[in-house]
Amino acid sequence: MSDMILLGTRKGTIIFDRTNTGWRPRQISHAGIPVCYAACDPRDGTLWASLDHGHWGPKLSRSRDRGASWVNISSLKYPKGARYVVKYLPTPDFNPESPKALPEYADASILKIWNIAFGNANQPGRLYAGTIPGGLFVSDDGGDSWELNRPLWNHHSRGGDLFAGDATTENHWNGTPASIDYGVFEPGIHSIIVDPRNQLHLYVAVSTAGVIETTDGGKSWNARNQGMLMDYLPDPESEWGHDPHFVTCCPGQPDHLWQQNHCGVFYSGDGAKRWKKVSMPDLGVNFGFPIVADAHDGRTAWVVPARADSERMAIDGGLFVARTTDGGQTWQCFQSGLPQDNAYDIVLRHGLDASGNCVCFGSTTGNVYLSEDRGETWQCVGNNFPPVYSVRFG
Amino acid sequence: MPGVEMTQQLYRFFPQLKNRIITVPAGTVAEVISAVNEIAPGFSDYVLNEHGALRKHVNLCINNTVVIDKIKLTDYVAENQTVYIFQSLSGG
Repeated sequence: MSDMILLGTRKGTIIFDRTNTGWRPRQISHAGIPVCYAACDPRDGTLWASLDHGHWGPKLSRSRDRGASWVNISSLKYPKGARYVVKYLPTPDFNPESPKALPEYADASILKIWNIAFGNANQPGRLYAGTIPGGLFVSDDGGDSWELNRPLWNHHSRGGDLFAGDATTENHWNGTPASIDYGVFEPGIHSIIVDPRNQLHLYVAVSTAGVIETTDGGKSWNARNQGMLMDYLPDPESEWGHDPHFVTCCPGQPDHLWQQNHCGVFYSGDGAKRWKKVSMPDLGVNFGFPIVADAHDGRTAWVVPARADSERMAIDGGLFVARTTDGGQTWQCFQSGLPQDNAYDIVLRHGLDASGNCVCFGSTTGNVYLSEDRGETWQCVGNNFPPVYSVRFG
Repeated sequence: MPGVEMTQQLYRFFPQLKNRIITVPAGTVAEVISAVNEIAPGFSDYVLNEHGALRKHVNLCINNTVVIDKIKLTDYVAENQTVYIFQSLSGG
């Protein structure tokens, strides 16, 4: 049973501790610095926070004393020669004649460290980081040094090996709106799944491209988007161009994967060989950002739906959490303890987590809600926090 | 020798730079930043990106003149000049 919850917020890292009188927040860490993701390494209890400095560039921060002190790490960098094919957001004022040549290339630099994942128990020191503009980084020394995974960076779906020269294939990776804050329209890796049974088997999810799998430890990567449907391009079943908002798996049954996509909720019971859309729009279960699977039952998952997609608000001014226990065939919606009037909360892609019977989410309006009965009833454990970017049990 | 002054926000990450007069050999802005990095290891990672270019929301001035070359930082800092490192008004 977890005794800690980490929040990554617009103004720092907030840690809740389970006490005899309930969950209590500590004084904020990284005060004033946006923290886009914070999590605990289950292997050794190290805490990690991804600092999204507005001025000083993205940094990782690490605590080996459960949050009493933190050390910032600047070693996660794109290597010299890492380039990508520039994408332009087709805004109304976009001048199609402005690119000097097509394709146009840009040198990659870290804009956002969007996600941190941990290797298996038999890989001490192995960490992963997903970034904007779309690079996956790997560390084997506990985060002291990092290396770009080149096979994914050089993937044929991204134009091929741009270290070696010009693009040899078409770039199918599009930008994520989350990159616009950095003045670009480039992709980002926000989900990293390490198969608990096999450390060579990983999935990553890219906004906006889709889900990609490796079974050889990152030497080769293949799209895993069969069955995915999109409603914003002419071919809804295109291999690339999908917008997973978050992808996760059941740790106890890792072939059961869940995806809250821009275009609905998707489930796979066969290791992402095929996805099935399991949305129920009549219940409000369709659009949203976060999703979490039960630790043991691969057919159980939770979502916090929102209204798509130009509004991105709570549905009809009320919050609810939906749970399925049968692989998305049916959903139950739970409102007890959640506001049903004048709620405008949005829960971002890393803003929901579960541990045992506990489920917790935090919202962009700084509210944090906790359930200790698998999402059926809720209590507010705090208001007036900064906008919450991530929630993870530790 | 040229002096270097900076926003106090950077002292949070590099307290060894606080309450001291920083002087470095004359040279390009890139060499000046590198010299400060010798005093406070990791400093350049906060001001420059991995390609050595000035971060988007950081401003550098030599005396009252904004640095022109923000990519390679080739502007020259003479003996009697001061480099100022600011947060820009964007990026907060």
